[in-house]
Order: sequence, then structure tokens, then C-alpha cells
Amino acid sequence: MTLGKTLWLIILIKLFIMFFVLKLFFFPSYLGKFKTTEEKEEHVSSELIDRAINN
Amino acid sequence: MIESIDTSLIDWSRAQFALTAMYHWLFVPLTLGLGVIMAIMETIYYKTGKEFWKTTTKFWMKLFGINFAIGVATGIILEFEFGTNWSNYSWFVGDIFGAPLAIEGILAFFMEATFIAVMFFGWDKVSKRFHLTSTWLTIIGATLSALWILIANAWMQFPVGMKFNPDTVRNEMFDFWAVALSPVAINKFFHTVLSGWIMGSVFVLGVSSWFLIKKRDEEFALASIKIGASLGLIASVLIAWTGDGSAYQVAQKQPMKLAAMEGLYQGQKQAGLVAFGILNPEKTSYKNDADAFLVKFQIPYVLSFLAKRDVDGFVPGITDLIEGGYETENGPALSAQEKIAKGKIAILALSDYRKAIKDKDETAMNEHRKVLDANFAYFGYGYIKDPAHLVPNVPMTFYAFRIMVILGGYFILLFLTTTILSIKGTFENKKWLHYICLWTIPLGYIAGEAGWVVAEVGRQPWAIQDILPTSASISKLSTSSVQLTFFLFLILFTILLIAEIGIMLKEIKKGPADTTH
Repeated sequence: MTLGKTLWLIILIKLFIMFFVLKLFFFPSYLGKFKTTEEKEEHVSSELIDRAINN
Repeated sequence: MIESIDTSLIDWSRAQFALTAMYHWLFVPLTLGLGVIMAIMETIYYKTGKEFWKTTTKFWMKLFGINFAIGVATGIILEFEFGTNWSNYSWFVGDIFGAPLAIEGILAFFMEATFIAVMFFGWDKVSKRFHLTSTWLTIIGATLSALWILIANAWMQFPVGMKFNPDTVRNEMFDFWAVALSPVAINKFFHTVLSGWIMGSVFVLGVSSWFLIKKRDEEFALASIKIGASLGLIASVLIAWTGDGSAYQVAQKQPMKLAAMEGLYQGQKQAGLVAFGILNPEKTSYKNDADAFLVKFQIPYVLSFLAKRDVDGFVPGITDLIEGGYETENGPALSAQEKIAKGKIAILALSDYRKAIKDKDETAMNEHRKVLDANFAYFGYGYIKDPAHLVPNVPMTFYAFRIMVILGGYFILLFLTTTILSIKGTFENKKWLHYICLWTIPLGYIAGEAGWVVAEVGRQPWAIQDILPTSASISKLSTSSVQLTFFLFLILFTILLIAEIGIMLKEIKKGPADTTH
């Protein structure tokens, strides 16, 4: 296989693993489970406040 | 009841981020440095029209292509981690962190990606001038990518140009230029890019020396060494200057990092710089009285001068920074306990403000907002349980700093020697130097990684200096899930690294005569 084909193959396999395996199954957006912006704000503010209280 | 965050989760989240960033950083510096070298070579080809320079450029461009193809997008994994592992941080930083990364993605990356195609596939399809322009634009695009990433990183070390909005729980940027042109960002950008140029120069010197050792393609190797050594010499001298600028900024904005870099526990006037030292392993805390060093060789006055631009300047040590009370431009320094108290007031004010929103009590909202604003500069201290947690890992920061600086001095010496000998035309006879150049390649990587350790380990416990510690930044995931992805990355990146080295070695062995892709 030529160098060019080898590199293209590596790029494609790498991108497939990154986006279709890692991103999809291992790296969901943690705040994605909250539907609205207000819910996200509420969650983060609770986290920031509670972690200080629980210290 | 809300569970407190397990320290092993913090450690594994940090380890995962460090692993990803450090592997990513194996690819980036070579792209930045080798890119400039091959662009200079192509410029010579454009000016002289000699086929020799076209062949030379194409050889290095091939190695650049291998590094680029294998390294490209490894940095995107860091962005995955922001969303999953560092969700509090990602939300909290809002558009400040997002804006530079978006500009990086839209402008710089696309610029790089567009012109790299012309650079690799356009040799016989576009004019020489257009091809040369594409090569330069590719490397300018890569450098601009680094610029925006480093601006984002610099903001974490020195948060400016923003205001915290308790309604959205986000920091909002009000002064883009304060973020983009902060002195920390400017120093960081030049220091980091120059380290990439040094990496590229070390790589060209090492690979070319291998050809001389093998007595192959000697004209090509000597011509490459001349360019690599000259660029390396310029970069290694300039990096000493930007390093001084960076250290000065650290002294002003992150004095604890500087104290850790120097193993300085008790502050001093006329403080000396530790040129060489062995830390005392028994000195595990600022609280115990053991000597900080088993052995040290200091250069008198230099630390005061570098940190304060005054040989009589007082450089606070770790104990001073914890206990406070020493004089600063703004009066006596606060102790860690005072900062922690202010941090707790700020967090409580945020809590009360959020309650007041729910109660629709505008008077209370205004009152709590004032308290929050007045204490926000210490917000992150509210999470600190023990002042000892404000001290980063001193041995790691101290030794990494020395490795970086000692190697920096070694590079100046090496590039100076190789430049002089290559101009005199006697480099080819110095076989011992060929071996030194060859074995300097890994040292280039070690210096770059050591610099990253100084910058990032030295600023712990902070994700954002004084505003948010790593313990408050991470998502509440199970430690085992972070461990799993850590090992997945370790496997993936190690495979990529083995592929990079294997393909590189194969193509280097073929030599510049082989220009097939």
C-alpha cells in the first residue's frame, strides 16, 4: 500500500473510533440529560453550591 | 444527602486530561516547527528554481504529512472530555472558553485544512507561487490554531475580561481584547510556538545526521542541517527571552506556581535562583521544619530580579502565600484562611441569590449580588478544605522546570555549534556530533512535555486560577468509567504513536530520492 493510502486509512479509522465509538458510547454531553437551559443552570449552580457546603 | 466528590475521581479525571493533552502535544510541536522549515526550503526552491530544493522540501513535507495525518484531531478528544468529564467547568466558563475554540475551529483549522490539500496534491497542478503561498498559509493556519488554544489556556491561568452572571451561572466576556491580548496569552503563545520551532529543528538535525552517519544523501543532509540549525538557534535564543517573560507573568499572577518551581518555602528579598538542586523528600509540607533541599546551587539575586525586576524585591515563598501578611502593591497580602472565608461568602451569596430569584425578591437579589461581586475574585477558595491543598506538587513542578531550562540551554549550545560548523563546512567530519544530534530528538519532546507539566501541574489546584478548583469543575461520574476511558485513550494513542514512529522510520530510510506518495 502506498504511503498516501496508508495515511488516509489511519485517518479514517481514527476518526471512526473517535466519533462513532468514543464520542457516541463513552463521551455523551453530561449536561445533555437536562432539556432546558434553566435546568442546566439549576444543576450547575446546585453542584457548585453543594460541593462547597460538603467540603 | 449529597455525596462529596471522591478524590480518586478528581485524580483520574486529571490523569485522563493530562494523558490526552500530553499525547496531543507529541504531534503539535513537530507540525509547527517542521512546517516552518519546509516552507523556508520551498521558498529557496521558488527563488533559485533548483530541483534539489524541491526534492528536499518534498522529503520533509512527506514527514510533516505523516505527523499531521496521525496527530490531526487528537486534540478534539480534549473537547469531548470538557463536555463529559468537566461539565461544571464547561458551563461555568461559558463563551470565554468557547469563543477562542470556535475561532480556532472555524478560521484557523479550515484555513489549514484548505491549503494543506493544495500543498500535498498541488505540486504539478498549481503555479510555483500559488503552491508556495499555500505552504506558508498551511503553517500560518496551524500557528493560528495554536494561538486560539493558547489564549483559552492563558485565560484559565489569568482570568480577565469577564464578569460572572449568577442568573446563568456563567462567566460572560465583556472585553474580547483583554482575553486575546492578555500578557499571559502573548507570552504563552510565543513561548509555545518557539518550542515547536525548536522541536522541528531538533528533528531535522537528528534525521539529517542519521543520513551522515549512514553516509547517504550527504548534500541533502548538510543543506537541511544548515536551515534547521539556524532556525533552531534563533528560536532557542528567543525562547529564553519569552521564558523570562512567562516567568515574570507567573510571578505576578500565579506566585504559588513560581514558589513551587523554585522549591521556595520561605520568602526572601535578594532571592537566588536555584540553578541545580535536590529536594529533600522529608519536606512533604510547608508545615514541617525540614530543609527544602538536600543540595542546592543558587545564583544570588537572580530570582528577585526575574520575578520583580529588582534585585532587592521580595519573592514570597509557599509559607508566606499561605500565611499572608507580607507587603504587596495593594497592601498586606491576605492569608489563605482569609481568602477561604471570602470564597465561602461568595458561594453563600450565590446560593442566597438563587433562592431570591425563586422568591422573586429583587431587594434580596441586589443585596446578595453585591456581596457576590465583592468576593468573586476568591470564589474558588470557598472549595478549599485545607490551605495545604493550595500547594501544587512541588517536586514535579520543580524538576520539570529544571529539565526544561537545562535542555533549553543545551539546545542553544547545540544549535550554535552546528550552525558554526555547518557554515565552516566541517560539520560532516564530526561524527560524534552526528550521534549527539540524532539522540537529541527525544530530548526535544521531553523539553516540550516538561514545559507543559510546569504550566499545568504548577497551577493546581486550580482549573481557573482562584475562581474554580478542579474538584468543583468535574462531573460526578463513576471513577471506573473515567478509568475505562483513560485506558482506552492510552491504547489508542499508543497505537497512533507506534504507527507514527514506524511509518516515519520507513520513509526516512527511503530517503529524499523517493518522492512517491
